[in-house]
Amino acid sequence: MQYHSPSSFNEAVAISNSSSGLVKYLAGGTDVLVQLKIGTKSPDHLIDIKNIPGVREISLRDDGGYTIGAAVSGAQLTEHKELSKKWPGLVEGMELVGSAQIQSRATLVGNLCNGSPAADSVPGMIVAGASVSILNSSGTKDVLVEDIPSGPGSTSLENGELITAINLPKRKDYEGDAYLRFIPRTEMDIAVVGCAVNLSLENGVITSAKVVLGAVGPKVILAHSAADCLVGTKLDGNILSRFSAKCSQIAKPISDKRGSEEFRKDIIGVIAQRAAKKAYDRALGNN
Amino acid sequence: MAKDELAKEFKYIGTRPDRPDGFDKVTGKAKYGADVAAVGMLHGAVLRSPYAHARIKSINFEKAAKLDGVKAIVTRDDFPVGIDGDTLKLLENTIAGEFAYYDGHAIAAVAATSVHIAKEAINEIEVEYEVLPHVIDVDEAIKPEAPVVRENAGDFSVPEGCSPNVASYIEFGIGDINSGFDKADLVKSGRFKTEAAHQGYIEPHACMAQLDHDGQGEMWVCTQGHWYIRQMCASVLGLEASKLCVTPSEIGGGFGGKTTIFIEPLALALSKKSGGRPVKIVMSRAEVLRATGPTASASMDVKIGITKDGYLTSGLVEFRMQGGAFGGSPVSEALQCAFASYNMPAVHHIGYDILANRPRAAAYRAPGSPMAAFAVESLIDEICTDLNLDPIDVRLKNAVKEGDKSSYGPKFKKIGLIETLEATKDHPNYSISLGDNQGRGVAAGYWMNHGGETSVSVSLAEDGSVNVTVGTPDIGGSRASIALMTAETYGIPYNSVRVNIAETGALGFNEPTHGSRATLASGKAVYEAANQTISEMCKRVAKKWQIDPDAVLWDNGYAKPAGPNAGDFSPISIKQIASEMDQTGGPIAGHHEASIRGVGHSFGVHIADVEVDPETGRITVLRYLVAQDAGRAIHPSYVEGQFQGGAVQGIGWALNEEYVYGTDGCLQNAAFLDYRIPVASDLPNIDTVIVEVPNPDHPFGVRGVGETGIAPPLPALANAVAAATNVRLRSLPMSPAKVLKAIKTGSDGC
Ligand SMILES: Cc1cc2nc3c(=O)[nH]c(=O)nc-3n(C[C@H](O)[C@H](O)[C@H](O)COP(=O)(O)OP(=O)(O)OC[C@H]3O[C@@H](n4cnc5c(N)ncnc54)[C@H](O)[C@@H]3O)c2cc1C
Repeated sequence: MQYHSPSSFNEAVAISNSSSGLVKYLAGGTDVLVQLKIGTKSPDHLIDIKNIPGVREISLRDDGGYTIGAAVSGAQLTEHKELSKKWPGLVEGMELVGSAQIQSRATLVGNLCNGSPAADSVPGMIVAGASVSILNSSGTKDVLVEDIPSGPGSTSLENGELITAINLPKRKDYEGDAYLRFIPRTEMDIAVVGCAVNLSLENGVITSAKVVLGAVGPKVILAHSAADCLVGTKLDGNILSRFSAKCSQIAKPISDKRGSEEFRKDIIGVIAQRAAKKAYDRALGNN
Repeated sequence: MAKDELAKEFKYIGTRPDRPDGFDKVTGKAKYGADVAAVGMLHGAVLRSPYAHARIKSINFEKAAKLDGVKAIVTRDDFPVGIDGDTLKLLENTIAGEFAYYDGHAIAAVAATSVHIAKEAINEIEVEYEVLPHVIDVDEAIKPEAPVVRENAGDFSVPEGCSPNVASYIEFGIGDINSGFDKADLVKSGRFKTEAAHQGYIEPHACMAQLDHDGQGEMWVCTQGHWYIRQMCASVLGLEASKLCVTPSEIGGGFGGKTTIFIEPLALALSKKSGGRPVKIVMSRAEVLRATGPTASASMDVKIGITKDGYLTSGLVEFRMQGGAFGGSPVSEALQCAFASYNMPAVHHIGYDILANRPRAAAYRAPGSPMAAFAVESLIDEICTDLNLDPIDVRLKNAVKEGDKSSYGPKFKKIGLIETLEATKDHPNYSISLGDNQGRGVAAGYWMNHGGETSVSVSLAEDGSVNVTVGTPDIGGSRASIALMTAETYGIPYNSVRVNIAETGALGFNEPTHGSRATLASGKAVYEAANQTISEMCKRVAKKWQIDPDAVLWDNGYAKPAGPNAGDFSPISIKQIASEMDQTGGPIAGHHEASIRGVGHSFGVHIADVEVDPETGRITVLRYLVAQDAGRAIHPSYVEGQFQGGAVQGIGWALNEEYVYGTDGCLQNAAFLDYRIPVASDLPNIDTVIVEVPNPDHPFGVRGVGETGIAPPLPALANAVAAATNVRLRSLPMSPAKVLKAIKTGSDGC
C-alpha cells in the first residue's frame, strides 16, 4: 500500500487517476483505517487530503451561505458558534458520530462517501439543501448531497472524483432543523433509525418542510409525502400522528442484528415525530 | 455502617491510599499481555472455523508454509494423542481435531516474522469442511431430536431418554416441597430465560511463549492465574509442569474469563516447532468474542410458595444451561445460589448442563448466580406485587442468618444479609418519589466465595521495609489491600510495603484471582507469614536482651518487653532489627501455604430506578444502589469499585448484551459496536453502601466482595421495568424491541 499526501486538490485527483488497484481518499480516516485494520478493504493507494491548504476551514460566502472544507472535523463544526446556531440539526447529526476521539477526526464528507444508510450527518445535510463541490479530471461541478448516496456502501461518485467542500445555503429567519436517531445505548452505536427535519415558518405556519429518514432503506429516504402533510399546519391536531404513520409507511427497513424490520418501522415514526417537534420549536425561536 | 463485632481499632485498614500500581496504569507504563517482546520473536495468528459445526476433512498448508517469513504451522497433529477426560476437552477447545464445534473454533496456527505475514499465511491454508447440522439455543438443544453436538457427551448422571446434548444432570434438595406448597396461600411459577454474556474485559488475550525441544519453556501471559495456565498447558502438551515457568503480565480485566487456556498452548507449540523462538499471539476483539468464554445461556423454571403474610414455604427450580460444545455451564453453582438467601422449609433443585455449538463457557463473575437470581428474585417480586407486600420486608422475613442451614447444605456462620437489607431500607434511594413511566426494583444476590490453594512469602529488607510476594494477579486493587494488611500486621507505613506478583517458580501452587479470593486468601496467608517473621524478630531481640522470647512482644513496628517483669529495655524498631540481620542469624523471611477455608459468604441487595420510554421501549437507569456485606473493607475505594463494576456488568447483561447468531450458527456481532456493553454515559453514578459484618474466620474480617454484585442487577432491573410498565419481562436482555413488544402485546419475551 502506498500513502500519498498531495498539497492540492488537482494533485490529489491526478494521483488517483494515474494509480492502479484500489485507490481511496483519506479524510479523517475513521472509516478507512478501521476497514483497513479489520481487512474488509485493503487499498493499494491512500490519498490523504488533510494537507491541502484550506481543507479544514469553514468560511462564510458572500451569498450568506457556508462552505465547509472537506477535512473539517466534527469537533470543529460543534465549536463554530454561528454555524451551530443556524444549523443545529446538521451539527447535532455530525456530533452524534462516535466519541470525543472520533469527533476530532471524522468529517461530513467521509460520513457521506462511506455510503452507510445509517450515516448520522447525511439526513441533516440533505434537509438543509446542501450540495458538494466535486473535482474530477474534466473540472468541477456542484451536486446536491441527496444525489450522492446510491446504496449500502456505495455512492454516485465516479472513480477518482473528489469532494472538495460542502456548501450550505443561506439560513433565513423562522427556519429550524433537527436530527434524532434511535440507539439502544447513549453513544457508540450505529443508528437503528434516524430522521432529519427542516422547516420554514410564516406566522407559525409551516410553509415548507423537508424530511429525510436514515437506516430504514438501502440508502437515505427523502420522505416527500410525509413532509407534505406538515405544510400548512402548526403541528397541531392529529397532524403529528398522521406524519408519524406516514414515515412508518414510507420506511423500507431490513431486519438485521441492529433491529428487526417491525421494530424499525415502529420507531421511525416516533423518532420522526420528535424531530419534527424539535425543528418546529427551533424555527419559532429563530429570528 | 460499621457493624463491627471484632471491634478492633485499625491504623491502616479502612484507609484509602493510592494503589501502588496506579501510576503506571494511568500513565501507560504498566506492561500488559501484548506489551512484551523478545529478541527473535515471531508473531502468531490463528485460523478459525467459519462454521458452527463441521467435520474437518483435510488441512493443506503447503502454500502457507512456502510464504517468505513463515516459520512454523501447527495443527492438532502437533499435539499429543492418548489424552482423555477434562484434559481432552481442554485440548479439543484449544485446537480442533476431527470436528470444529463452533464458529471461531481454532483449526491451525502460524508463526511468522510479522503479524501481516502470519495473517496472510492463515488465509493461504486450505481446509476442506463437511458442514454438519448445528444447534444454538438451549431449549432447542435439549430436545431429544436436536442435532448432536458431540457423540457420547453425557456422563453417568444423565437420566434415560434425555437429549444426547445433556452432558450432566444434578438434583438435590431438603424438606418436602409438596407439603410446603400445600401450606402456601399463593403458589406461583414462571419460566425465565437469559442470554449468554461475555466478560467483556478491555484487554484481549495475549501471550508470548518460548519452548525448547527438551520441554523447558517460559511464558508471559495476561491471566488471572498463571499456575492454572502452567497446569493446563503442561497437560495438553504433555510437558512436566515444573519445567514451564509462567509470568503474569498486568491484566486489563478477566472476570473469570482468564482462568483457562486458549492461545497459550498454540504459542508454545509454535515456538517448539520453530526451533525455540519466542512466539507472541494477541487476539483481536472479534476472536475474543467468537472463541473465548462467555457465560452460559439459561432457560429456567421456578415455582415458589408463600403465605399471605410473606413467609416462603417451598421452592422448586429446574435450570437448563448451555455451556458450549464441551459442557461446563455453571448449573450447579446456579442451583446452589437459587434459594441461598432464604430460610425455607423445603427446596428442590434440578439442573441440566447442555451442549450447543457455541464457545466453551468460562467462569464469569459469580458463575451461575445472576441467572438464578433473575429467575428467583423476579418471581419473588411478582409475588410481592400480587400480595401487596413490601419487597424488602418479605426478604427480611425470610433472610438467612447465623446458624441457619443453607438451601444447599452448609451451615452459615456469621453473615450479613439482614444488615444489608436494613441498609437498603434506610437508604434515601428507597423513598425518592418516582414520576411517570418510572419504576423501582429491588433484588438480593449471593455468592459463596472461595478460598483455595494459596502460597505466599514475606521478607524483611535490610532497611526495615517489607517485601510481600503473592501469586494472585492484581485485578481490582489487591496489591493495595494486601499492603494495607501487611502494614497493619507490622505496624509500619503502607508505603514501606511492596507487594510483588511472582512467577510460578517463586512460590507453591496458587489458584487464580478468582472466586473473590485474592484479598481474602492471599491476605490471610500474608498475615500468617508476616507473623512468622514477627516471632523471629522477637526471638532475636530476646536473645539480645537475654530474656525469654515469650517475654518480648510486638507493638506497632517495635519489639518491646512484654511487661515490667520482662526487664527494662527500650523498644527496638523493625528498622534496627533489619539492619542487624546479618549478625543475628541472617535473612528474616516467612512463608505460608494452605488451602484457605472460612471464606465468609457475601450477600448483596440492589435498588434500581428506571424510566421506560413507552414509545420506543428504551430503558434509562435513573438511580442505582448497591449495598453489600464486605466483612471488612480493607481499602473501601476498591470495595466500592467491585460493587460498582459488578452492578454495571449486571446492568449490561440485563439491558442490551446479546449474542446474535445467524441461521448458519455464526456469531453476527463479534465487535463491541454491536455487542452492546454499557458505555459510561448509559449509567448513573452507582451508589454504594459497604455493610461490615466481619468474617469470623479471617484475621481482619474480610469476605470476598468481587462477585456478588453482578447477580442482583438482572432481577432488580426486570422488577423496576415491571413497576414502570406493568408488564413483566421474563427474558433477557430487555432490549428496546423486546420491551416495546411487551408494552404493546403483554408478551414476557420468552
Ligand atoms: C468508534 C466509531 C464510532 C462511529 N460512530 C459513528 C456514528 O455514530 N455515526 C456514524 O454515522 N458514523 C460513525 N462512525 C463512522 C465514521 O466515523 C463516520 O462515517 C465519519 O464521518 C467518517 O469520516 P472520516 O473523515 O473519518 O472518513 P474517512 O474514513 O477518511 O473516509 C470515509 C470514506 O470517504 C471517502 N472519502 C474521504 N474523503 C473524501 C473526499 N474528499 N472525496 C471523496 N471521497 C472521500 C473515503 O475514501 C472513504 O471511502 C464511527 C466510527 C468509529 C470508528
